[in-house]
Amino acid sequence: MSNILIYPILLPFVTAAASLLLWRKPVLQQALSLAGAVGHLAACVAVFAVVRGGGIQALQVGHWPAPYGISLVADHLSALMLVVTGILGTATAVYARGELPAHLRAKSFHALFHVLLGGLSGAFLTGDLFNLYVWFEVMLMASFGLMTWGQRRSQFTGAVPYVVINLLATLLFLMGLALLYGLTGTLNMAHLHQKMLTHEARGLMTAIAFLFMAAFGIKAGMFPLFFWLPASYHTPPIAISALFAGMLTKVGVYALIRTFSLVFHHDIATTHGVLLVIAGLTMVTGVLGAAAQNTFRRILSFHIISQVGYMLLGLALWTPLALTGAVFYLVHHMIVKANLFLVSGLSRDISGTLDLNRMGGLYRAYPLVATLFFIPAFSLAGFPPLSGFWAKLLLIQASLQIEHYVVAAIAVAVGLMTIFSMVKIWIEAFWKPCPPSDVDVAEVSYSGWKIAPVCALALITLLIGIGAEPVYQLADTAARELMAPQAYVQAVLKGGHP
Amino acid sequence: MNSIILKTATRLVSALVLVLSIYLLWRGHHAPGGGFIAALVAATGFALVVLSEGPRVLRRGLRIRPQYLIGAGMGLSMGAGLVGMMRQQPYLTGIWWPSANAVVGTPLLFDLGVFLVVLGAILTVLLALEES
Amino acid sequence: MESALAIISGSMVAGGIFLLLSQNLVRMLFGLIMLSNAINLVIFAAGGLTHTKPALIKTGQTILHTAVANALPQALILTAIVIGFALLVFMFVLFYRSYETLGTVDTRQMPESDPEPDHGAGTTTTRLEHGP
Repeated sequence: MSNILIYPILLPFVTAAASLLLWRKPVLQQALSLAGAVGHLAACVAVFAVVRGGGIQALQVGHWPAPYGISLVADHLSALMLVVTGILGTATAVYARGELPAHLRAKSFHALFHVLLGGLSGAFLTGDLFNLYVWFEVMLMASFGLMTWGQRRSQFTGAVPYVVINLLATLLFLMGLALLYGLTGTLNMAHLHQKMLTHEARGLMTAIAFLFMAAFGIKAGMFPLFFWLPASYHTPPIAISALFAGMLTKVGVYALIRTFSLVFHHDIATTHGVLLVIAGLTMVTGVLGAAAQNTFRRILSFHIISQVGYMLLGLALWTPLALTGAVFYLVHHMIVKANLFLVSGLSRDISGTLDLNRMGGLYRAYPLVATLFFIPAFSLAGFPPLSGFWAKLLLIQASLQIEHYVVAAIAVAVGLMTIFSMVKIWIEAFWKPCPPSDVDVAEVSYSGWKIAPVCALALITLLIGIGAEPVYQLADTAARELMAPQAYVQAVLKGGHP
Repeated sequence: MNSIILKTATRLVSALVLVLSIYLLWRGHHAPGGGFIAALVAATGFALVVLSEGPRVLRRGLRIRPQYLIGAGMGLSMGAGLVGMMRQQPYLTGIWWPSANAVVGTPLLFDLGVFLVVLGAILTVLLALEES
Repeated sequence: MESALAIISGSMVAGGIFLLLSQNLVRMLFGLIMLSNAINLVIFAAGGLTHTKPALIKTGQTILHTAVANALPQALILTAIVIGFALLVFMFVLFYRSYETLGTVDTRQMPESDPEPDHGAGTTTTRLEHGP
């Protein structure tokens, strides 16, 4: 009985319900929230262990047989995503403990946080497209609440485009779902895979595929639909923006990978060809946008876009090596990006600002923070032996293997521009002496709550980089499962439980 | 709102509206109704009270914070799913008592949880808007 | 019947997007409401339009004997309505709070969402040349 699959979803929601019941006791609420985050991590690791040991797991919720009921499915990609979600959830929960003052941490912050974690786990585990819509909405509502936490004025102006555009993406997704249901009569992804193999209306199927590409593209931050991202990701509190940056766009990328490998595989030339062009444009526009910015968090927000372009490149090339690169990149990027946002929070605490022109001298004053920036930043840029190097290498090798020289050249060039941006931040914020102004490098004593998660995430990046072979093997298994979904379909449709 | 007509009508109507919402909750599994719509109807009843008497009267009448309703509802819904797990079935399996055509069972508990969550959420929003 | 529904939902999507492109937050909200209702109509049409009975089992029987309406699109539309309702309530409260804080619903008059003023791009390159 694979009831284990429900625990990564159940535990965060139980924690959220319990923190609502502890409305009047903020100390207990905080302790419960941390315990819940750790429990969620444990559940995700347990699911990963079961998938490693026993193959693809499926659970038919409510004992309704597939395809009539909702299936929860865990293959290697889902299990990897879950583990990273657990790690980032714990890291940001610990950081939030150190960041937000006590009166803001109480009330419904923890409930919203855990509902977001539960929604993320649900999105990675579901095997039904409409259920995916529901989990997207749960995440969206929780993120709305967290985005306006603290109710500062800049947060309102940042939240309005985020809310409207994400709602529009949701509605596009729903429209695609309606048309797909009308076409095939089912919404279970494994069943859809079977139906799409033999269906006749190819043109309509491609049209629906592009509708899904637009909807998930808005969520992932694809060109030309990413303009909401830099307008809103730099306004919430640091822990929240780290969680958003590390997770929310990656759910869009995950959804793209899942639908375009499982459901829309009838016209690879058109759909994946367009994705290839879009991936190249995304990489380039993201990194050019970052080069024009002067605020720490805004540069990082633009980099999310350009790195999403790399993951889309892996999906668009559609070879086992490319998909391995995409999965590796996903894992590497989620950890590195969240870590960079948390480090930007540490820098802001020291300098009082995130404007690069006014920051400086952090290396001399706080070498630990400088090292903690150095590791994820240069992993993002692709320096060996850090994790980003392996991820970029896999993707460039994959594109050279099938003679897509243009996009390989673009990938290398974008990597160089990423180095430029990271070096810019390094020089401006850490290396150059502090500019004489009203901002002084204060004597800040660090709370362990903030330093510990940043150190842990940097350590994981180092481990993935130096010990890349096991992660490569996992990504390779996940990629092979994606390219040959028969095992997935078998696990869901021929009975998920004895 | 200072209207004597609304106050008198509320005294008569709001109780009836709340009874209707319980009825909709009860019949929800086998006939049109269900947890969500029952919560909306109940919220209408409470909204009448807020509009005619004011938010403080509603808070005193409710006796508990709406946030507790949300938490209790979520816990109840998830607990209803656990009943199936205790019988070696998948999560959220429907188990009725005493027989398969009865009304009382895990779907009713789940619906009750949904009712509490939606009611709590709407009351929170309503009271926040009225008190600001 | 399908062509009528297709024309209606197409017009509603067009109207919704037109409103969404306006400069006024309230009009954007109405546009999103129209858009979500149009998509609910599309789900309804996608489920197949037939003249049959509701999907309810008569008392005393255990299975359906006649052709009934497809119950799945109804469940999908209900979920979509509930979720859309919650999102729109949140958006309404957000716009209301923005109006109270910023004093306007005209998007052209809302300030840039930058907490610190941006410097020009030219200073960046010169700074790099003067580095250590």
